[in-house]
Amino acid sequence: MHELAVCQALISQVRDIALERGATGVSGIRVALGPLSGVEPALLQSAYTLARAGTLASDAALTIVVPPLRVRCRQCGAESQARPNRLLCPACGSHDTRVLSGDEMILESLSLTFSGAVSHV
Amino acid sequence: MCDDCGCALPPGGTAQAYSPSPRTDAVPLLRRLLEGNDAQARHNRRHFDAHGVLAVNLMSSPGSGKTALLEATIDALRGEYRIGVIEGDLETENDAARIRARGAPARQITTGTACHLDAAMVHRALHGFPLHDLDLLFIENVGNLVCPASFDLGQHCDVVLLSVTEGDDKPAKYPVMFRAADLLLLTKSDLLDVLDDFDARRAESHLRELASAAPVFALSARKSLGMQPWLDWLRERLEAR
Repeated sequence: MHELAVCQALISQVRDIALERGATGVSGIRVALGPLSGVEPALLQSAYTLARAGTLASDAALTIVVPPLRVRCRQCGAESQARPNRLLCPACGSHDTRVLSGDEMILESLSLTFSGAVSHV
Repeated sequence: MCDDCGCALPPGGTAQAYSPSPRTDAVPLLRRLLEGNDAQARHNRRHFDAHGVLAVNLMSSPGSGKTALLEATIDALRGEYRIGVIEGDLETENDAARIRARGAPARQITTGTACHLDAAMVHRALHGFPLHDLDLLFIENVGNLVCPASFDLGQHCDVVLLSVTEGDDKPAKYPVMFRAADLLLLTKSDLLDVLDDFDARRAESHLRELASAAPVFALSARKSLGMQPWLDWLRERLEAR
């Protein structure tokens, strides 16, 4: 269960970005986790409820989007949907494919809150 | 509305804008989640490169024979290459002690409850480690087919071990781990004769379904069977440093 470690890295990155931009809080975090990222969305979500306590992100909703797993064949050029344990080209059967999307583990965006009379944007 | 998206703010230079009530800005980022670990891993890799050391990360289930493979490899390459080992386990110095008994420097990382090594743990273990006296550094990761695959340590290549007692469908069950392999070793191959349910070709075909071109070697470290392709694979990478 490495999701807690991933979550702590996420929260420390969020904190750095929020402080850097002078935000007073974080109201939303959007993350993309591909089926081949090695991180389970449900486990990250439950780790998050523990890891966010007492941080700048304590009230932030975590939204996890799961991009589709897609491969491109280097032999026939076809782009297709794939499964995590079957990354062959469904068109020509070649093993020589490249993952186009589905292995990402990315912080896509943040919703930062700014309170007080003067804000530096 | 305007409290949510900030659209009521003056256009253009918004610095020092007067904002009587809280507002929220959506900030697009697209940054890697493990950016901190990746930066530390790049730092480790620079250390290895500066010392001309090839760093190899070994990953597998617990009990697949990583330490036995290292013992046999140290013996086989003695006098040819200088080898050091960083060991990762939840508890005990046992594995590091086995490596030191073979005359190679070893540093044990005990992770407590953590199920994987990360780049910062490896960096701490490198302090005071005689990298300048080494050609080859093995990092024996925590025995686990899930978590270690997500953390770059700064290694140059990943070797995954699958012992023949574990089942030949492991690459289909743990695709993230096996997809990371630059080389797959089927270990304890001396037991193949007494196991009727492990088919090396099936294991390889599950690996190929992950679009992996990694070579697959079967070997037994304990019985010194099939060690040559593995040693040659290491030599090739050591020469290419």
